Amino acid sequence: MAETATAEPTRRDFLFIATGAVGAVGVAAVAWPFIAQMNPDAATVAAGAPVEVDLTPIAEGQIVKLFWRGKLIFVRHRTAEEIKEAEDVNVASLPDPEADSARVKEGHAQWLVVYGNCTHLGCVPLGNAGAYDGWLCPCHGSVFDTSGRIRQGPAPTNLPIPPYAFVDDTKIQIG
Amino acid sequence: MSGHSTYVPKSAVAKWFESRLPLVGLVHSSFVAYPTPRNLNYFWTFGAILSFMLVAQIVTGIVLVMHYTPHATLAFSSIEHIMRDVNYGWLLRYLHANGASMFFIAVYIHIFRGLYYGSYKAPREILWILGVIIFLLMMATAFMGYVLPWGQMSFWGATVITNLFSALPIVGEPIVTWLWGGYSVDNPTLNRFFSLHYLLPFMIVGVVALHIWALHVVGQNNPAGLDVKNLKKDTVPFTPYATIKDFFAVICFFVFFAWFVFYIPNYLGHADNYIEANPAVTPAHIVPEWYFLPFYAILRAIPDKLAGVIAMFAAIAVLAFLPWLDTSRVRSATYRPLYKQLFWVFVLCCIGLGYLGAKPPEGGYVIASRVLTAYYFLHFIVILPILGLIEKPRAMPGSIAEDVLRKHGGAPVGLASGASAEPNSKG
Repeated sequence: MAETATAEPTRRDFLFIATGAVGAVGVAAVAWPFIAQMNPDAATVAAGAPVEVDLTPIAEGQIVKLFWRGKLIFVRHRTAEEIKEAEDVNVASLPDPEADSARVKEGHAQWLVVYGNCTHLGCVPLGNAGAYDGWLCPCHGSVFDTSGRIRQGPAPTNLPIPPYAFVDDTKIQIG
Repeated sequence: MSGHSTYVPKSAVAKWFESRLPLVGLVHSSFVAYPTPRNLNYFWTFGAILSFMLVAQIVTGIVLVMHYTPHATLAFSSIEHIMRDVNYGWLLRYLHANGASMFFIAVYIHIFRGLYYGSYKAPREILWILGVIIFLLMMATAFMGYVLPWGQMSFWGATVITNLFSALPIVGEPIVTWLWGGYSVDNPTLNRFFSLHYLLPFMIVGVVALHIWALHVVGQNNPAGLDVKNLKKDTVPFTPYATIKDFFAVICFFVFFAWFVFYIPNYLGHADNYIEANPAVTPAHIVPEWYFLPFYAILRAIPDKLAGVIAMFAAIAVLAFLPWLDTSRVRSATYRPLYKQLFWVFVLCCIGLGYLGAKPPEGGYVIASRVLTAYYFLHFIVILPILGLIEKPRAMPGSIAEDVLRKHGGAPVGLASGASAEPNSKG
């Protein structure tokens, strides 16, 4: 090394930084597969293929549980009273404001399709329970209305709507 | 470790070995000649008890793995297979399951002993922080181990705890999917928890080695909270004094442990965990294992999801800052009249939180949880810093030897009469 320190970077400084940079890229490249392997594997992703659900056997007032991509989904055949209850709410007063019409498909207001895990910590809320006749989560007391919207308790958001479409009037496809 | 070794190899073979790897000398200086303060009480035996529990958990765990199947469709029945078919399988599983509880009982006593006698104060900050890391690793290990039987409590415990990360903004959902290896807790989750549950105890062993190393560098604290001044007068050699006392305490603790294993093996568990995991139904009342209850109460006390999660983790993280939050220079609560009372208030606060963690989150329970959560943090962040500045400590004995002689009516020592009335049975 030079006897006196110079302000000019030396060739050695450049080599140190360049070697360090290549080393960091190498570490990141090796770490990547070890981290990525924990994400859902190909089989799990493939199991996310769309599923068709026949609505005819679901009676009015009934809630049916099914699984898509390993996640629980509620299909609820709402009564006229329950629909009215969901629609008559002042949207602005809700913790997570969303109109009921935005949570069902047009012309199919009797069918509510929502994910079945509480948005707080993932427990399964009990159907037709709670002060708003929707769901009540037994774990931490979140209360959902007949539109699956959070009304009380620690859950931060409404029960989300999975991607689905009506194939015909009595059949939906989820996914 | 701190250079007290008096080991001199005698045989030619021992000399040959010692000059190449001074292993025997290391063990000798750490566990034979190592000077321990002569006023240690039985609360100082919990380090040894914890070491034995760690070994017991690893041994029973390795044996259980020989019969357990880590698969979502087979795990539950393989546990029943262990309970019914494997020779002494019921014993091994009950030892392991209750062993986790015993481990936590011992670690909580160990932690509160440190809090009472100021074992976290200089020069033992690193020693204390290593302890907090061990505690975190223990919690992670215990949580993942509880998932392995794949019962209802396993499944929903895993769901609730992993969902804690979903509270993080933006990255929350991808992190949870990454932790699960799917879109819900399922077989990939079980597999990775099994792998990590096997790994973490060995990481605990590593941090315990650092913990003991740090302990042997700075020396043990003691009930008087005094530094060793005179090795000859203030200390006794680890062997036989501490080894025999530790061994006796370990045996007593194992009697307590055996009482649970043989008479009430399911007392600390939940009946719901004997129902196989069902992702469509959550048990009506889900509660974590007893050792997580105070932290669970803090989580639920706060109405906001993210803030609740942060508060729960902060409740543990605050311990790591304790050496700097407590401003008092006096270590032992024996000589801190106000801290001594507030210590017990804090103990009651923690027990209260534990009680509330097991209660449903409604009405008065929620209000009580909020009050106690606030007090928990106040204790660390407000009370301890201020207390050190305003408290007037009691007169302390001049040395560890003086402390011992005074208590046992030995040589008379001139001390304030208030201090000499102190009973030695305090926890």
